[in-house]
Amino acid sequence: MKLKKLTRDIDFMDKVEELSGQSLNSCIRCGTCAAGCPFVEDMEILPERVFKYITLGEFEKVLEHNTMWICAACYTCSVRCPRDIDIAKIMEAVRQVILRANIDMVDVDEVDNIEELPQLAVVGCFRKETG
Amino acid sequence: MKGHLYYPGCTMKTKASDYETSAMKVMEKLGQPLVEMEDWYCCGAVQSLTEDDIMHQIAPIRTMCCAQEQGEDEVVTLCDMCYNVLRQANDRMKDKEDDLETMNEFLDEDPDYEGGVEVYHLFHILKGMEDEIKDAVEMPLDDLVVAPYYGCMLLRPDNVAVDETEDPEIMEDMLELLGVKVLENPKRTECCGSYHTVNRSDIVEKRVEDIVSYAVEEGAEAIVLSCPLCQFNLDFHQRATDFDVPIFYITELMALAFGLDIDMKNHKIDPRSLLKEKGILE
Repeated sequence: MKLKKLTRDIDFMDKVEELSGQSLNSCIRCGTCAAGCPFVEDMEILPERVFKYITLGEFEKVLEHNTMWICAACYTCSVRCPRDIDIAKIMEAVRQVILRANIDMVDVDEVDNIEELPQLAVVGCFRKETG
Repeated sequence: MKGHLYYPGCTMKTKASDYETSAMKVMEKLGQPLVEMEDWYCCGAVQSLTEDDIMHQIAPIRTMCCAQEQGEDEVVTLCDMCYNVLRQANDRMKDKEDDLETMNEFLDEDPDYEGGVEVYHLFHILKGMEDEIKDAVEMPLDDLVVAPYYGCMLLRPDNVAVDETEDPEIMEDMLELLGVKVLENPKRTECCGSYHTVNRSDIVEKRVEDIVSYAVEEGAEAIVLSCPLCQFNLDFHQRATDFDVPIFYITELMALAFGLDIDMKNHKIDPRSLLKEKGILE
């Protein structure tokens, strides 16, 4: 992925907080989000590690792992976070920083069974994974 | 208007037509018909969660404008995803005056959206109709053992939940009125894999294996739900597992218990043999 232009241009943590409306420093790394996440076994790093990298300004370390793309915004973490952080919004903000740099994660030509899929799956996927 | 103003959404006319036709018949029988909106827009399927994104709220709010123009103050959905998106977008306009102002400046609809429409899911309507449902049952589904499954969009985020977020009972309550034996299902609020079915089907297959295998171990003969995407995922992706458990929309079971004729034509796992075995279908 062509990401260098992002690291030069964006103050990553500020952007994520601005887009999500959430405070990353509220996180106490308790792991409740990962404990309840139905997708955690497919995430290369846990959500709390994503937050840590964001707060440290280590944008590329966030980008080189798949966590924000595996998150499907099911909100389980958001309703359980003891610090009331809306984690789904933070994951969305990270996705948006990337997507708004014109980097798409899904290509319609590579979806081989598109006619078999229900419309809401296709619309949902392209809303979450294209800019 | 007698009945309820109904918003279908994109999938209800095609892949989820079994849900729409059964719901229409059931609500007609209950004396609360669903009346489709004269005009409506695709909701977008997933809610856009960033603070600065007004653009992706436009389609849901246009639909609210359509309801307003029809002189109605409520919109009812069958699809859980439509419910979630319309409700979140509508609530945002009610909560954030600036967003509503920006929205109305952009929309070419006339008059402005005033924020006076409420979004409901079918479950909101069914709750409170317990007596009518009980009276409409002509053939109790006594022998059928089912696991209820809510998924995400009916229950989260908690400000749009149709019932208790962590311990919902509304579906169980409805199913018990039909005579169905309802199992406890702790997996009932877990995500089915959602839109990953498009480009990460391996993830969805794992979710489906987990959800269905638990239900089967507990003795479920079928799984019951109300979301077209959950229905597709749990139905379609069982092909990657050893299971073949029918996945019903709740309105299909209601229709069967009410003695109504329904198609069930979009199921990948045909439920007819189970229903014949149970004496529900001839």
